Parts: sequence; structure tokens; C-alpha cells
Amino acid sequence: MRVLMFGWEFPPHIAGGLGTACEGIVKGLAHNGVETLFVMPSASGDEDQSATTILNASDVEVRNVSSTVEEFINKTKYVYVDSSLVPYVDPEEYFSAIEEMKREGRLETTVGFGQKFKFSGKYGATLMEEVARYAQVGGTIAMQYVDRFDVIHAHDWLTYLAGIAAKELTGKPLVVHVHATSYDRGDEKHIDTRVLDIETRGMQAADRVVTVSDLTRNIVINRYHIDPAKVVTVHNAVDFSGRENLQVERGVRDKVVTFLGRITFQKGPEYFIEAAAKVLKRTKGVRFVMAGSGDMMNRAIRQVARLGISDRFHFTGFLRGADVQKMFALSDVYIMPSVSEPFGISPLEAMRTGVPSIISHQSGAAEVLKYAFKVDFWDVDAMADDIYALLQYPVLSQFAAKKGFDEVNELKWNNATAKLKKVYESLI
Amino acid sequence: MNKKSICLYFQVHQPTRLRLYRFFDIGKDSHYYDDFGNRTNIRRAIQECYLPMNAILLEQLKAKKGAYKVAFSIAGSTLEMFERYAPEVIDSFRALADTGQVEFLCETYYHSLASLASQAEFKHQVVKQRDKIEELFGVKPVTFRNTELIYSDSIGAAVYDMGFKTMLTEGAKHILGWKSPDYVYSCAAQPKLNVLMRNWSLSNDIAVRFSHTDWDVWPLTAEKYVEWLRGAEGDIVNLFLDYEAFGIFHPASSGIFDFMRALPDAVLADGTMQFVTPAEAVKNHKSVGPVEVEDAISWSNVESDMTVYLGNELQQDAFNKLYGLTEKLSILGDPVLWADFGHLQESANFYYMGTQFFSDGMPRKFANQYETPYEAFINYMNILSDFIIRVNDAMAVRNER
Repeated sequence: MRVLMFGWEFPPHIAGGLGTACEGIVKGLAHNGVETLFVMPSASGDEDQSATTILNASDVEVRNVSSTVEEFINKTKYVYVDSSLVPYVDPEEYFSAIEEMKREGRLETTVGFGQKFKFSGKYGATLMEEVARYAQVGGTIAMQYVDRFDVIHAHDWLTYLAGIAAKELTGKPLVVHVHATSYDRGDEKHIDTRVLDIETRGMQAADRVVTVSDLTRNIVINRYHIDPAKVVTVHNAVDFSGRENLQVERGVRDKVVTFLGRITFQKGPEYFIEAAAKVLKRTKGVRFVMAGSGDMMNRAIRQVARLGISDRFHFTGFLRGADVQKMFALSDVYIMPSVSEPFGISPLEAMRTGVPSIISHQSGAAEVLKYAFKVDFWDVDAMADDIYALLQYPVLSQFAAKKGFDEVNELKWNNATAKLKKVYESLI
Repeated sequence: MNKKSICLYFQVHQPTRLRLYRFFDIGKDSHYYDDFGNRTNIRRAIQECYLPMNAILLEQLKAKKGAYKVAFSIAGSTLEMFERYAPEVIDSFRALADTGQVEFLCETYYHSLASLASQAEFKHQVVKQRDKIEELFGVKPVTFRNTELIYSDSIGAAVYDMGFKTMLTEGAKHILGWKSPDYVYSCAAQPKLNVLMRNWSLSNDIAVRFSHTDWDVWPLTAEKYVEWLRGAEGDIVNLFLDYEAFGIFHPASSGIFDFMRALPDAVLADGTMQFVTPAEAVKNHKSVGPVEVEDAISWSNVESDMTVYLGNELQQDAFNKLYGLTEKLSILGDPVLWADFGHLQESANFYYMGTQFFSDGMPRKFANQYETPYEAFINYMNILSDFIIRVNDAMAVRNER
């Protein structure tokens, strides 16, 4: 079994959780005897290629159609020129061009027309352009490597167009992997319809849609109206190999309850603050930490001040690298009160550090973590009660720490990817 | 030749549910019970199970005159809820008692695990239960069944010292080995105490498997069942069943009531079998020898041990904290505190904290209002924290005097 996989990033250079998940997936697939060709927009060369072959889209010469397809060239020539001069080209146009070419049977009339495009691989202002270009390169790569894969697998909307192009050009089955949806990213009024459109296209074009949780599966079925029969949940896992246990010295004697993540609407920061105020009314030997940054940070700070708990509630700003590990190690309770979380890997990290975790029912991780404490994100009473109990009843926190540690160590990519392999097998 | 004895005993039990008790309530509100939930639960149980099943028993007991006999045990805490929410069911049990063919056994008043924690508290509850049964049904119990059929040599000896001649327990495989549960045994630590051991296989055919349509012998008929009873080789078959099997675990639509209506006729028609109560059983059959039970056994799980109640750290901590108060309670002798102490001892409280609920597929013995053992533990410990404050306050007041 061989898979052509389209990703957006891969460790060590990552901006979000997607790259980490992709690494776990290709390693797990390798363990299950599945070969992967991993395409990414901008590889740095220091990625770990022990489990996969990484193809850098920036190195690929785009083989394009000859001048006989004037119209197509006109619509897509932005690929070959410097990005600052290129107007935004709608993926829609790109696709109608492809469709037209196929209809007219001109797709084979390609000639070498070597050009490279330097992708930034970042989530920036030119993202939409890069996504469209990536699709173009993706199609080219698929044609170049057509004998070296059986299935196409595309991770999240950024790569769906590449996946579709590859499927269109090679006729091989497409799996799209939904790590998050537009509905998790913001409230409905502010959804980017261009992203929504690409997501919908990807899911419709796919032969199978893989979701990271049943929660996300339901969104795919109910909001994107995808046939439930082709939507499969493969829960995320986590790779802790090579993880060292960090020893930290505490500056305060108080217990520490931590929220770590972007301070945005969908992470539910205000519920954490409310719960903190309730706990502080009852007991003093505890401090609350909100680690991260985001568009709701100022509002959060004001809320803390209004509740009069600023002396016990601390903001760290954005943490990176080792500081994240250190924050976990300093914590007694971890909390993820997300309003909508496709999966949510951070409680697994916390539990791996031996920190009992409270997570919302509205997170995909709640489906696999038996030993996490689960509350509805809006139920601040229940949240406060769990926090209080973990601080007050040592046997409970010891039990949860021990069981949670064992539990997350069992969530292995090898098992998750075995399920993924079955998905591939069902398509060929 | 003596006829083979069939000993039918029913356990009637509904735990007292605790209310959702947040830590904000500690020190402020000392009402611990979900009154609405308890009432709803009891009303539902009497409609689905107790009243219809009692009616069938009464009809059959009267029809068979002295030939049909059964035994019951109902913990005082459950009787209290009956008195409060469904007094008609007390009358219904009383009507059964009045036939003279029903033996009422004794247990702990609060359906507690006190026998594993404190001799004094255990005795306190046994005496309280004995008085309650005598008050309601006019007979003084002579046979004892402990909560969840918990039994060990030392518990057996203590029970004998409280005046009981016979005790019921589980026919635990790891205790009996090659031996059959179908004989009367005696307590290894007190030879004068008779021990009746549950035939778990034949009991569970009714209590557990009856409504399983994928069971290879489904549907079970009284005739088929009597054949199995005949096949049992010993002197006595002890069928100890949760009464809630009739109409709750197995809904009326499963045919369970028809089965129970047909059973006495089928057994008696066979001619080789007779119904006995536990007290009669030990008169008809002599002990074949002692049974040694060092570590406590129960009818709670496949392993017949205490793990579903005290298997994890949460359960053990809650249990130890609770029973750490025993001495203070007896010094104070305050009936209100003592009643709360009793309800906090109900075995279901610990059962809900069981690790088995972290895995799926475990049959739920009681309706469980908690989603996870964590919730059960947290709620319980919040209540216990309040209770400890009250006990300590009462001790302080007492010491000032």
C-alpha cells in the first residue's frame, strides 16, 4: 500500500498541531507497512524522513499544458510569476479550467515547461494564492509519481485542492482528513466562505472523509451534508517517544490550575475565569494561570479584574517550546473548556506530565480520554466543583494522574493508522 | 428419601440517591438526598416490579397453601423510602408476611459495608434492622443475609453471636472449588452457624439471562427450568435473586411474570422437590461440613470479591474517611447525625465510584445517576466534608459542656 499525502507542514517547523499529527500518521503508517510520499509546500530539509519521503513542492517543476490550451494558461499563469505581481486567482476558476480541459480531452497535450514556485508554507495574507498554486503543483507531482501510489490523502482544507487535482489527473481514490472545520474556527457570522467552499469541495470530491473525532464527524455530516457512509472517525493519537521528564522548581506553594491555548472564543476562556472565581470564593491556596494569547485576551484580563481575582489569576502571554512543557510541569490541574474542539491534543500532553485534566464534552479528546474529567463548557459550577475536588481530595488527583498517564501512553499512532490503512484498503 | 429443597430468596433494594452537592454547599446546606429522584425511582419500581410481582406471589402462595414458600430481605433504608413515598407497598409485603409462608431475613439497616469496617457499627445496624422488620412484619428474623451477600469466617462468627442460626452467601467458585453449592455448609469459625450458598448458575438463569434473546436456550420456560433443577445433584438449590429482576431488569414484556407464575406448579408437579425458607432448609438438611472463607466474598461480580465496592483508591479513601468517624458518632449518639451516617454508608455510594464504570459494557446493577466514578466520588466527598464538619462541631459543643 502506497499513499501520496498532501500536508501543509511537518516538524520541526510547525505553526500548529497539523504538522505534528502528520508526522505521527506517516510514522504509524510506516509501522503498518504503508509507504507514504509526503508533499508539503515548503520543506526545509531537516525534516525526519525515516518514515516517509518528503517532496518539497517548491522544488517541483510544474509541467504544464502547452500553449494550445490558451485559456488555461491565461487563467493559471500566475503560477510562474512573482507572487507580488499576481492577482488573486480564484480556485473556482482553476477548477473550471481543469474541468474544461478534461472535457475537451486536452489534458495529455502537455509539454515540459519547467518553472518552480517558491512556497512560503505560512498561514499568511497570500494563503489563498498558495493554496491554489499548491493544487497546481500537487497535480503535477501526482502525474510525475503516478506509478508510485495507490491512494491520495489530503490533510485539511489547505491541501484539498491539491488532492482533488491529483485525483482528477490520476483517477486514484482520494481521502480527505478533517483536522478542523470552519465551524470550529470562529462563530458562524465570521466564517470565511472561500475556506468553507474549499472544504465542501474537498469532502464532496473525496471517496472517504476521515475525521479526528465523532464530534467532527457529526459536523461534516450535518453542516457540510456529506453522506455519513463515507465519513470515518480515526481518533488522533500522540507520540511521546523521546520525551524527557522535566523537573521544575516551584516559586509558589499554592496549587496551580492552568489553561493553555489560544485565548479565543472557541477555547472558552471566559468559562475558565468564571469557574476560577467560584473556586476562589471558597479556598485561597490556589492560583489560576491563563497561558497563551489571542483576540480575547484583553477581554479576559478585564473580566478577571472585574471579578476581583487579579491577585490569584495570572496571564503568561504566548508560550513556546520548553516553556509549554514547564507550564505543564508546574500545574496541578489542567483545563480545556473548549466550546468546539475537533480533538484537542493539549490535555494528552498534560496527562502525560501527570497533571489531571478537565476537558469539555465539546472536545473530540473527550471521546477517547476515560480518565479526564468531563464537563459541559458552559457548566461553570461543574467545572469549579471538579477543580475544587482535585485540589481538596489528594487521592482523587493521585488516582487521576496515575490513570491518565497510563491512558495517554496507550493512545498510539500505530493503532490509529491501522484503522486508516483499512480505510485505504476499502478504496482499492 | 428427602425431597430436594428449593430455597427462593429475593433481595429488595433501592439505594437512597444523594443529591447533586457542589462544594459551595459544604458548611451551608446539610440536606444530602435527591428527594425528587428517590420518589420517582421508588414510584417507578413499585409500579413495574414490587406491586405486580407481590400480587403474583400472593396469588401463588395462597393457591399452593403451605407448599410454596419464599424469603425476602429489605433494608431499613429502602423501607423508609417505601413508608415515605409508597406506603401501599408495605401493606403489600405485609399481606405476603401474613400467609406465614414468607420468611423475612435480617441484614444491615443501611445496606452497608459496615461488616468490613466496624464491629460496633455493624451490630448497631443489624439490631436496628431486626427491630424494623419485627415492627413492620411482626416476626423476628432468625436468618441473616449481609449486604451483597458479603461473608467471611469472622463475619459469620459475629453474626452467630448476634443470635442468627443461618447465613446466606455466594457460592463463590474460588471458595467451593470442586464442591457443590447445593448443600448446607457450616461456618469454619463457628460450626453452629449454617451457611447457605447461592447456586449462581441457576440463579443467574433467571436473574440475568432470562430476557437475553441471543441465549441459546431462550426462551426459558418453567418446564425447562424445572428439568435443570432436577439435574442439580445436592440436597438444596439456593436461588438468591434481586427482586428487581422481575419487571425492571426483565421487563414485563419478556414474560418474566408468566414464568414466575408457572414456576411453583412446575416444581411441585415434579414430585421430587419442595420449597423451603432458609430457616426450614437448615432443619431439613444437616451441614455436610465447614466452608472456609478467609477473605470476604460477595455476589457482586464474577470474581465474587469486594473489588466493585472497594477495588480502587477512590473507594478506599472515601470508605476509610467515613468509617474514621465511627467512634465520634457513638460518643455523640445523636439520632440525626447517625441517620445521615447510615445513608452515607449505603453500598451503592461506593459502587458508583467503581473503576468498572470507566469501561463500557458493565451491567449496571442500580440506575446510576453519575456519568463517571469521578463524579460519584466528588459528589460523595463534598457531602462527607460537610458531614465531617457537623460531627466535629457537635464534638466541640459536647466538649465545652
